[in-house]
Amino acid sequence: MERLKKFFRFNALSGEPVPAERTKKLFGITALFDTPDQIIHAADKISGHYKDFDVNTPYPLHGMDKAMKLKPSKLGFITLVFGLSGTVFALLFMGWAMTLDYPMIIGGKPFFSLPAFIPITFEVTVLLATLSTVIGMLTFFFNYPENNHPLVDTPYLRSVSVDKFGICIYASDTHFDEGNVKNLLMELGGKNIELVYYPQKESYPIFEPKFLIFLAIVAVITSGGTYITLNKLMYLPPFDFMLWQEKTTVQSKSHFYSDQFGMRTPVEGTVARGFLPYMYSGLPQPAQTLVNPLLPDKENLELGEKKYFTFCSPCHGNYADGDSRLNQQFPNPPSLHTDRARNFSDGMIYHIITNGQNIMPSYASQITREERWAITNYIRVLQRAKNAKETDLEFARRHGSLYDKVD
Amino acid sequence: MIDYTKKVLPANLSKVGWVLLGAGVLLGLLGFFIDYSRAVFAYLHGFIFLLSIGIGSLFLIALEYITGADWSVPIRRVMEFLASVLPFLIILVLPLLFNIDQIFHWSQEKAVAGDKILQHKSPYLNDSFFIIRTFAVFLIWSAFFYLLKKNSTKQDLNGDQSFTKKNIVLSALFIPLFAITITITAIDWTMSIEPHWFSTIFGVYFFSGTVVGSLAAITLVVVLLMEKGYLHPKMNNEHLYSLGALTFAFVNFWGYIAFSQYLLIWYADLPEENFWFLARWHGGWEYFSIALILVHFVVPYAALLSQSSKMNPKRLKFTAVWLLFAHLLDLYWLIMPSLLNHGHGYSFSWIDFVFPVAAAGFIIIIFKTMAAKNNLVPVNDPKLQRGLNFRLN
Repeated sequence: MERLKKFFRFNALSGEPVPAERTKKLFGITALFDTPDQIIHAADKISGHYKDFDVNTPYPLHGMDKAMKLKPSKLGFITLVFGLSGTVFALLFMGWAMTLDYPMIIGGKPFFSLPAFIPITFEVTVLLATLSTVIGMLTFFFNYPENNHPLVDTPYLRSVSVDKFGICIYASDTHFDEGNVKNLLMELGGKNIELVYYPQKESYPIFEPKFLIFLAIVAVITSGGTYITLNKLMYLPPFDFMLWQEKTTVQSKSHFYSDQFGMRTPVEGTVARGFLPYMYSGLPQPAQTLVNPLLPDKENLELGEKKYFTFCSPCHGNYADGDSRLNQQFPNPPSLHTDRARNFSDGMIYHIITNGQNIMPSYASQITREERWAITNYIRVLQRAKNAKETDLEFARRHGSLYDKVD
Repeated sequence: MIDYTKKVLPANLSKVGWVLLGAGVLLGLLGFFIDYSRAVFAYLHGFIFLLSIGIGSLFLIALEYITGADWSVPIRRVMEFLASVLPFLIILVLPLLFNIDQIFHWSQEKAVAGDKILQHKSPYLNDSFFIIRTFAVFLIWSAFFYLLKKNSTKQDLNGDQSFTKKNIVLSALFIPLFAITITITAIDWTMSIEPHWFSTIFGVYFFSGTVVGSLAAITLVVVLLMEKGYLHPKMNNEHLYSLGALTFAFVNFWGYIAFSQYLLIWYADLPEENFWFLARWHGGWEYFSIALILVHFVVPYAALLSQSSKMNPKRLKFTAVWLLFAHLLDLYWLIMPSLLNHGHGYSFSWIDFVFPVAAAGFIIIIFKTMAAKNNLVPVNDPKLQRGLNFRLN
């Protein structure tokens, strides 16, 4: 048991402190007082002579700041600076993300909608302000990770954390003189006046293996517990109530609708958003009014080329010759350079892609309206390329491209 | 018994009060002949301002008793004097009650007849029930003011500690009643001006503005009295700090509540709710809306943020005056668009300034009268010494 206590340094709680090995370098002189009034009086007097000293009390005392002549803490500035930087960072980040990087319309609001950003700005401000306050306090004021303050493991610190009020004058003070300090403390009524020396070796128990092992165990337990809770426990009754919802899955029977169909057909006379019904579906050919809405410009032809290579070339071949690798394995896909195909109107080609023909299925669900028209344009380009005129070649030689020539 | 030296306020203070009140009332009467409905709304604006100063002060008195606060004991009389406007509300409300149909759409029989929503709301929003509620609320406030004030002043004579205990019980009774009555007042007297509109947070919004306004008034009066040496000489800037910190907290609270109300309505953008804010974003009111954010939140937030600004009497006095103006602007923004948007948006009129001036004069006269009768410091309060010894750290 003794060894275990020593191992975990429980001594401060349960037994006498273990005296640390000390050097002969003086850290300061401590004295104990019995009442709050005495300590405030002592602090008031001592602050007139010395600057480097500190008071340790079991609980905060009103009037101590004034007695010690402490200036207002600088910690507030850290809080202010980091809080404001949190405000600015959150606003700029959300502004950038929602307007430039990944603009998304949410609820029909503008991309940069300030009211929606304010709660998050507030949260980030508070988060950075509090974290910076705690971290700033630990590092700048408590010198973290140094945790071998010379007062640790002294009888003095043990007393002031129970029922005594202590004062410690540091040897680092410019006016420090052992005899004078002792006399002053004695005059003020201090008891147990003791000299405190620096500990022999600097140690950072925070980096000790047993502490690191402790941290690792805590990490394993918390992460394991979280994992089990979120991935296992939540799927056991009675925590799994979220799984049991009144809903109908695709192609399953519904008890809600009178016809017991889970999937619904659109209400008569309505169409889905972004969908335009094709009025010639099922007919052998479209009416003459179906005209190509797209210009054969560079952008549309590149789109058509891309879509042609994705959807058309596997059967019709890269140059629409009907010479794909399906040749001889399948009813031969036709060439698009036949006279019949060349005499098709744009609308007819569009109609075939939309509606299908013979063994070719409809591509209406895979290719959007615009893309179908773009493919039509691209097929026209292929057909023209196979039957180019002399003037086309001349034009291409002069301009390096055929894109600008529309006729 | 604790003694303090200067007790009698200067005599010319009541002169100032009478001049302000007289000028305000005379010009106000003139306003009624020039533009009747605008004068009625302006009167309502001044009335709600007066009401909020009074009831906010009473709330802070109750808060002091119920939380056992020490620091505010030396300045409690200031709150009590400001709260003594409450019994007069019963009389001052009469001109408004005679003009219910001028202010409230739901009170016009013609309007209700053709409006299903108003018909649906008429069991609550009708003249007789409205008048009953108004008087009930004002009577409850006056009764609690009377009892709290009576116990507090009686304690000055004999220092009986049981008066403090009685007031703690009264305060504990008052706080929940206050929550209900201030919500009723907010809904009746400001929200129902636009009877189709509703916001469940409106009562809290009205409450937050009320406390900001009354805290500003208390801070202003306390700083002025301290500068002239009328309060206890042991009072120091740490008491001012506490007042400033409480004001700062309620400025934040107001901003939080105002934004919460706006955010939900803005996000949902439902026509049944958003028209109220749209009315305050057109016809010149958009400048008022932006000014309200700056005047009522951003500027006072910055002005009250640092510790020194709360301890410096001059800066605190400036912030208090600023916040009183901000509170007036807030109430103006709540009340006036409903009247003026039936025309063509905001239009300037001197009538709007008359009644707040009269209200200020009225408060000064009441304060002077109360100060002449009572001590400015609760001299025998058992917590007074602790309150005077109050230190931040």
